[in-house]
Amino acid sequence: MSENRPILKMTGIHKRFPGVHALNGVDFRMFAGEVHALMGENGAGKSTLIKVLTGVYPIDGGEVEWEGRPFHPRSPLEAQQAGISTVYQEIHLCPNLSVAENIFIGREPRKFGRISWRAMNRAAEALLAERLNVKLDVTRPLGSFSIAVQQLVAIARALNISARLLILDEPTSSLDRDEVNRLFAIMRHLKRQGLAILFVTHFLDQVYEVSDRITILRNGRFIGEYPTRELPRVELVQKMIGKDLDLLGSLPKRTPPSAGGERPFLQAAGLGRKGGVEPFDLAIGSGEIVGLAGLLGSGRTETARLLFGADRADQGKCFVEGREAKLDSPRKAIDRGIAFCSENRKAEGIIEDLTVRENIILALQAHRGWFRALSRRRQEEIADEYIRALDIRPADPEQLIRNLSGGNQQKVILARWLLMNPRLLILDEPTRGIDVGAKAEIQRLVLSLSEKGMAVLFISSELEEVIRVSSRVAVLRDRRHVRHLAGVEIRQSAIMQAIAGG
Amino acid sequence: MVDRKYIPLLVTIGLFILMFLAGSLRYPGFLSTQVFMNLLIDNAFLLIVAVGMTFVILSGGIDLSVGSMVALTTMLSASLIMQAGWPPAAVIPLVLAVGTSFGWMMGAIIHYFQIQPFIVTLAGMFLARGLCYVISIDTISINHPFYTKMALAKIRLPGGSFISIGVVIALLVVLLAVYLAHYTRFGRNTYAIGGSESSAVLMGLPVARTKMLVYAFSGFCSALGGVVFTFYMLSGYGLHAVGLELDAIAAVVIGGTLLTGGSGYVIGTFFGVLIQGVIQTIITFEGTLSSWWTKMVIGLLLFLFILLQRVFTARTARGRSV
Amino acid sequence: MPFRWRNSHLFWPLAALGGLLLINLLLKPEFFAIRYQNGHLYGSLIDILNFGSPLAIVAVGMTLVIATRGIDLSVGSLVAISGAMACLTISRGADQQSLHLVLGAVLLALAVSVALGLWNGLLVAGAGIQPIIATLILMVAGRGIAQLITSGQIITVTSKPYHFIGAGWLFTLPFSVYLAALVFLFAAWMTRRTSLGMFIEAIGCNPAASRLAGIRSRSILLAVYMFCALCAGIAGLITSSNVSSADGNNAGLWIELDAILAVVIGGTSLAGGRFSLAGTLVGALLIQTLTTTIYMLGVPPEITLVVKAFVVLAVCLIQSPSFRRAIAARGVPRKPVASRQEVSRHG
Repeated sequence: MSENRPILKMTGIHKRFPGVHALNGVDFRMFAGEVHALMGENGAGKSTLIKVLTGVYPIDGGEVEWEGRPFHPRSPLEAQQAGISTVYQEIHLCPNLSVAENIFIGREPRKFGRISWRAMNRAAEALLAERLNVKLDVTRPLGSFSIAVQQLVAIARALNISARLLILDEPTSSLDRDEVNRLFAIMRHLKRQGLAILFVTHFLDQVYEVSDRITILRNGRFIGEYPTRELPRVELVQKMIGKDLDLLGSLPKRTPPSAGGERPFLQAAGLGRKGGVEPFDLAIGSGEIVGLAGLLGSGRTETARLLFGADRADQGKCFVEGREAKLDSPRKAIDRGIAFCSENRKAEGIIEDLTVRENIILALQAHRGWFRALSRRRQEEIADEYIRALDIRPADPEQLIRNLSGGNQQKVILARWLLMNPRLLILDEPTRGIDVGAKAEIQRLVLSLSEKGMAVLFISSELEEVIRVSSRVAVLRDRRHVRHLAGVEIRQSAIMQAIAGG
Repeated sequence: MVDRKYIPLLVTIGLFILMFLAGSLRYPGFLSTQVFMNLLIDNAFLLIVAVGMTFVILSGGIDLSVGSMVALTTMLSASLIMQAGWPPAAVIPLVLAVGTSFGWMMGAIIHYFQIQPFIVTLAGMFLARGLCYVISIDTISINHPFYTKMALAKIRLPGGSFISIGVVIALLVVLLAVYLAHYTRFGRNTYAIGGSESSAVLMGLPVARTKMLVYAFSGFCSALGGVVFTFYMLSGYGLHAVGLELDAIAAVVIGGTLLTGGSGYVIGTFFGVLIQGVIQTIITFEGTLSSWWTKMVIGLLLFLFILLQRVFTARTARGRSV
Repeated sequence: MPFRWRNSHLFWPLAALGGLLLINLLLKPEFFAIRYQNGHLYGSLIDILNFGSPLAIVAVGMTLVIATRGIDLSVGSLVAISGAMACLTISRGADQQSLHLVLGAVLLALAVSVALGLWNGLLVAGAGIQPIIATLILMVAGRGIAQLITSGQIITVTSKPYHFIGAGWLFTLPFSVYLAALVFLFAAWMTRRTSLGMFIEAIGCNPAASRLAGIRSRSILLAVYMFCALCAGIAGLITSSNVSSADGNNAGLWIELDAILAVVIGGTSLAGGRFSLAGTLVGALLIQTLTTTIYMLGVPPEITLVVKAFVVLAVCLIQSPSFRRAIAARGVPRKPVASRQEVSRHG
C-alpha cells in the first residue's frame, strides 16, 4: 500500500469517564482504499474510539484530522454528513419500511413535493447493483430479509450518504459462513472503489482474511499499528491480552485436584446452539475448577448460558451426576444445584430496586416459593453472615444495591448463589470492572470453594487469572471449543496458540 | 401471490364485505346504497377522529384525548356562536387551531420529557373534558342558520342515495391522510418512528418534529371531527363523545394497524370504522339484539386482530432470525 | 436508613393531602366537623373514607399490576360486571333478604371477576401481549358483558344484606371502610409477609435477572392480574350495593384512570419495580378529598377533571428524569438521549 496522505488522522486522543480513562493517548489513522481492523479486548477502548470518531462523545484531548481538516463532529448525524458512516451489528434501520425507503428515507426523491416511489425504487436497485453487486426486491419490507441482507442495506444507505469512511462494527457476528464470504467480497469491491473501511470483529480468522492493516488497543492505550501480513497471529493475541502479572502475587499455589477416576458432576455431550456455540463436549468434576479461555465473542458466555438453561440447546445432551438432565430453564438448572453469575451484572444480575439483603436471598427464596418465606430475622442473619464473609461494603443490608460499587455488587450476586450451596458454580467474568483488591479476594474465594468440593466453571478474559485458578482449561475460538488443556499443559503460550489458531 | 404486508388489510376488507353480505342475506332492505351511505353519515366524525388516531398509533403512540377534544370543540363552537355571537367563519378556524395546538403541546411533552403517551394524553383527556364544564355544565343547542343548513344539507348521488356534508369532509380527510401517509416525508417518518424510534434518530430523521406533528394532526382531526359532530348533533355538551377514543382505537386496530406502531394503512381504518357501523346496523335491523352486543363483538374483533398481529409479528421476527 | 427512604416516597403525597386539608380548614372549617348520630359517625371526612373506598381497593390491586411493569385498563368494566352479576343473582332469587342468597351472589360475582383477571393474566403472561393492549380488550368488551348481564337495564334489588356491603355501618364507621382496610391489609400481608412483594418488584425492575435467579414470573403475573380483578370485583360490589342497583353502563366508569392516578401519585413508578401500597392509599384519599373539596366549595364537580389533569401532569413531570434535568439546566433539552442504546454487548 502506498503511504500517501491518510484521510483520517487521530493523534493523542484522550477520553475520560468518571473513574475510567477510556482512551489514553490513542493514535489512529486510516487511508482511502484499505480495510483496517481495530482490535482489542473488553475495555480496550475500541467502542469509545468509534464513538469519539462518530461524534457520540466529544474528546477530552488530542487532535482529529479528517480529509486534511480538523474535525469535531457533535453528533453521529454530523459525522455522517461529513462522510463517516457506521453500520452496527444490531441493524439501526426500520424493519417495517421497504428496502428502498430504508436507503433513502429523509432524502427521498420528490416530484412536486410528492415522493416518487418509482424513482426511489429504481435508484435503490441501481445503487445495490452498482456498488454492492446484489439484486434485491427493494419494495419488500426490510424485516422480511435476513440480518445479512439488512446489513447490506445499511451499507447501501451509508454509501448513498456519500460515505468515504465506513465503520463496520461486529458485522459478522450474526452471519453464517456464506454470508460472511459475500460480505467480504463486497468489502473488497468497495475497497477497490476507494472506500476506507474500519472493521471491528472478534474473529481472528476474518481479520487475516480481509484486513490490510491492524491497530491494537489495550486498556485504553495505543499498542501499535501493523500491516496485517507482517503480524503473526500469536503476536496479535499477545498484544491484545497483554500481561498483568503484578496483582496476583499473593495467591496461594493451588494443589492439583485428584485427577480423573470420579464421575464428573456435569457432563455436556455435543451440546450446542445455532448462532451461539458449536457443539462441544465438556466435563466438570466436583472440586474442580474448569476455566474457559478465549477472546470476547468466542462462545464462552454462550457455553455458560447453555449449561445453566438460560438459552435452550438445540442439539446435544447434558448429564448431571451421570443422569441425563434437560436444562431448558434456569429453574431446572438451579434445582440440579447449578448457579450462574452473569457477566452482565447490571442487566442480568442485580435487581437495582431491591436492597442488598433482598438481592442476597432472592434465589433461595425463589427456590422455596412464595409462601415458605424466610423470616425477616433469618433474612437478616443470612445477609449479615455473607456481608461479613465476603466483606461487602457498606456493610448495610438495607442499602439499595444500586448504591454499591461494581465489586461489591458482584459480591452480593456471589452471595446470592453461595447461599444456594450449589454443586456447580458458573462464574462469567466475575472480576470484570472491579478493583484489584476485590479481584484477588474473589479469586481466593473461588479456590477455597473448590477445595470444599464445589465444581466451578470460571470464565475470564484475563488469561493470567484463568491460568492461576483453573485445573483444566477449555479454549474457545470463533464459537468452537478448540482445545482442552490440563495440568502442566496450562501455559500462557499454549493457550494463546490455541486462541490464535490458524 | 399477495404481499404479506397487505394481509391484515385484506382480512379487514374481507370481513367488512362478509358482514355486509350477511346482513343483506338476512334482512330485506339491507342491501342498498343508502344503508351503506348511512354507515358513512352516522360515522363521519368517528372516521375523521380515527384517521388522526391512525397516525398516532402508526408512530407507536396513543391518543386518549380525542373524545374529550371532540366534546370541547362542540362546546367551544356552541358557546362562541350562541353566547358570544361569533360568526362560524371565525369559530371553525379557531376551534381547529385550538385542537391542533392542544395536540402539538401533548406531543411536545411526550417527546421532550419522555413521558408515556398514555399518561400525557390521559391528562389531556381530563383537561379537555374539564374545560367543557368550565364553559358550561349544560347542553347548548345551536340554531345558527349556517349550522342548521350544514346539518340538513343532503348531497344527492346518482342512484337516488344521498350523503351529508360531514361525509364529504370525512372522505376528503381520508384522501388527504392517504396522501400524507404515503407520499410525504412526514408520513414516511411517522412509519419509521413506529418501526423503530431509536433507528429513526440514528438515521437522522426529524423525530421530535414528526412526533409533535403527529399529535398535532390527531388534535386537528379531533377538532374537525368535533366540527362535523356539531353539524350532526347541533349542540355543544360536555358529555358528547364519551368513550369515543376507544371506538377510534378499536377502528384503527380492526383496520389492521399494529398497536405497537409502524404498520398499517389509513384505508384499513376506513374499513375498521365501517365494520363498527355494520355491526350497529345489523343490530338495529335485528331488532331483538341490544346495543351492548356491539361492544362485545368489537371486543371480540379486537381480540382476534391483536392475536393475529401477535402471530404475525412473531413470525416475521422468527423469519428474520433464521 | 430504610425508614427515611420509605418515608420520602410518602412525603409528597402526604404533603399534598395536608395542603388540601389546609385549604379546607381555611375556607370551610365545617369540613372537619364530625357528628355522632344513632351510633354512626357523619361528616365530610367520613364521606371521603366511605366514597373513597372503592377507588382505594381498585388502586391497591392496580399497584401490584403496575409494579410488575403492567397496567390493567379493564378494572372499570370489571366493577360493572361484578355489580351486575351480584344484582342479577339476587334479583332472580326467591327471597332477596336471604343471607345465603347474598353470599352466593357475592361469591359468584367475585369468582367471575377473578376468572376475567385470569384471562387478562393469560394474555399478558401466556401470549406475551403488552398489558395495555391485552387489557384494552376486556375494557371494551367488558362493558358489553356487563350490559348483557343486566340486559341493558338498571337492575334494582331490595336485598338488605346486600345493601349492607356498600351502605351499612359497623362500629360507627361505614362498612365499606372496613372492606377497604381489609383489602389493603391483605395485600400488605401478602406482599410483605410472604415473598410475593419481593418477587413482584424483582420482575418489574429486571425481568431478565429475575428469570436467571429462578423466579417463576408467569405464575406471579397471573396471580397479580387475578388479584387486581378481585379488587375490582369487590369495588363493584360496594358501588352497586351502595345504590342497591347495577348499572352496566356507568358503574366504575373512569375508575381505571383514577386508580392509575392514585398509584402514580403514591410514588409507584409506571416503569415498575418498587411499589408502595401506603402511598397508593394516600393517593386514593387525595383524589377523593379533592373531589369532595371541590364539591364542598360549590364549584361544579366536573371541574375536578381540570385539576386532575394538572395533577397527573405535575406528578409525571416530577418523575420524568429529562424534566428534572431540564429544570436543573433551566432549559428544554435539545435532544432526548436515545435510551437503552448503549447496553454493552457481551462475548
